[in-house]
Amino acid sequence: MPDHVPDEAITHGDGGAAALAIGAAESLERTPGTGPGGAPTGRARSLWRDAWHDLRRNPVFVVSALIILFLVVIAIRPQLIADGNPYRADLAKAQAGPEPGHPFGFDTQGRDVYTRVVYGARASITVGVCATAGVALLGSLLGGLAGFFGGWWDTLLSRLADIFFGIPVILGGLVFLSVVTSSTVWPVIGFIVLLGWPQIARIARGAVFTAKQNDYVQAARALGAGNGRMLLRHIAPNAVAPVIVVATIALGTYISLEATLSYLGAGLKPPTVSWGIDISAASTSIRNAPHMLLWPAGALSVTVLAFIMLGDAVRDALDPKLR
Amino acid sequence: MGRYVIRRLLQMVPVFIGSTFLIFFMVYALGDPVAAMFGDRAPDPATAAQIRADLYLDQPLWKQYLHYMGQIFQGNFGTAFNGQPVTELMAAAFPVTLRLTLVAILIEMIAGILLGVFSGLRRGRAVDTSVLVFTLVVVSVPTFVSGYVLQFLLGVKWGWVKPAVSIDAPLGELLLPGVVLALVSLAYVTRLTRTSIAENARADYVRTAIAKGLPRHRVITRHLLRNSLIPVVTFIGTDIGALMGGAIVTERIFNIHGVGFQLYQGILRQNSPTVVGFVTILVLVFLFANLIVDLLYAVLDPRIRYA
Repeated sequence: MPDHVPDEAITHGDGGAAALAIGAAESLERTPGTGPGGAPTGRARSLWRDAWHDLRRNPVFVVSALIILFLVVIAIRPQLIADGNPYRADLAKAQAGPEPGHPFGFDTQGRDVYTRVVYGARASITVGVCATAGVALLGSLLGGLAGFFGGWWDTLLSRLADIFFGIPVILGGLVFLSVVTSSTVWPVIGFIVLLGWPQIARIARGAVFTAKQNDYVQAARALGAGNGRMLLRHIAPNAVAPVIVVATIALGTYISLEATLSYLGAGLKPPTVSWGIDISAASTSIRNAPHMLLWPAGALSVTVLAFIMLGDAVRDALDPKLR
Repeated sequence: MGRYVIRRLLQMVPVFIGSTFLIFFMVYALGDPVAAMFGDRAPDPATAAQIRADLYLDQPLWKQYLHYMGQIFQGNFGTAFNGQPVTELMAAAFPVTLRLTLVAILIEMIAGILLGVFSGLRRGRAVDTSVLVFTLVVVSVPTFVSGYVLQFLLGVKWGWVKPAVSIDAPLGELLLPGVVLALVSLAYVTRLTRTSIAENARADYVRTAIAKGLPRHRVITRHLLRNSLIPVVTFIGTDIGALMGGAIVTERIFNIHGVGFQLYQGILRQNSPTVVGFVTILVLVFLFANLIVDLLYAVLDPRIRYA
């Protein structure tokens, strides 16, 4: 199938046949000596070195990584760029526009929008990172075991995943979180993990199932390797790439989901500072004071965009076939 | 084919039971519907006990579930706590949401496929790059943000459309909400079509068609597009369920009294029969949409055979 040959293979193979052979043999691995750039590679680059080599030169990756680095830093220490207090309210300035020292203006309670936008990063990043970590761990564990062992465990898990897929996410979130009174981020994270794991589990299951059939895994089994050793040493390193790609893109969508739930009143609750809550509060005054909605909405969109771009770039680097 | 359909229908049964039980569990076990009926006041214990007995709430959860499902299959979805039968609410709400979903699907199909074909045929050029950037931006802006911004700009500031939808929800007024609801899926459809077109454009049958001397538009519409649309059809099919469930945000922004509106009210007021009833229907829609997509697959691609 010539339409599956990655671009590099076409430019570097010295003929259609060579390109075909490479294209057919590799999916996530590249044959030594045919790395991008065509430079003679002294030793075989591993998938990860190869991916890193591509990523460093990809402007999309560099830009999104810098944005994310910045977001993580201000999530940990918002005081670095905002010296105000996000809860300090001055009702005399309710819905007032920008003024010196308050570049984004004030919200309905007279709180500084800039400070609240900066402090709002913490909730979003925490939810995104923790939920993704939870989903990736639980999903790849369950999916990986299902792909490796197969049989009734696989059947059970697939049906279980179907059940969770059948529940509309926002609805489930509203029902599940409307009874929670805690104002911390943990119920939201728990809910995302609960409904999110099947997505990763399916990917992990497929990846492990494919990796399991490789000759080197059969060889390891023939040499007497135990299940644990085969999974950890031979299968996991070759199945982890697609999980990482999907998880990175999912991180952006989880941040968006958290904001949507908070907007509907079921996600995070005050006094947690969250973009979703602030957008929801601002939505009623969009005619008088659009700045109240646009700044947190902009911050939220840029954050989600950065994670989705990062995921795209990582996918391109790890799997040139999908480009 | 027949055997495949039967097997799939049988597989749907445990999924249906699992999904509905999960929602049932969340609604009935995590909240207290009787307390919710009384709002802020504490109910008289005897009255509360009587209501519990009337509504089967004093039974163990699995018995409540069985009773509820038994009633549903006889067409009785129970009554909302204001005394209105849930089926009446559904009869009012589902046509509205169905129309909204239809508008959204049409928009995402037409715009998404057109954009995808244009960018897929011109990979790496300016058109392609700008379409890609557009899809990225659209995916990153959450629905409730794009909804408010578009409502403000088009509805309030420039006055091109009505900012809110009236009770009957005529098709014309659903155009803007439909666009808002479709936006994220539109981006996915565009990307899927683009990848698929770009991949198939290099296929042998396309080269053959060009070599035969067929005009370009015929090669694209008859040969290339037909084969490239298979993954897109799959996505749109599974999206129907997601759109109907996801309409909650759009319906809230534009004040549309559809499924999302009723569900949101039901959840806020812990109106359990409404919530469980509506979600049960949504789960069914989702499951059947998936089944139909899988069957369509075989129709679109004769290489796929279901034994």
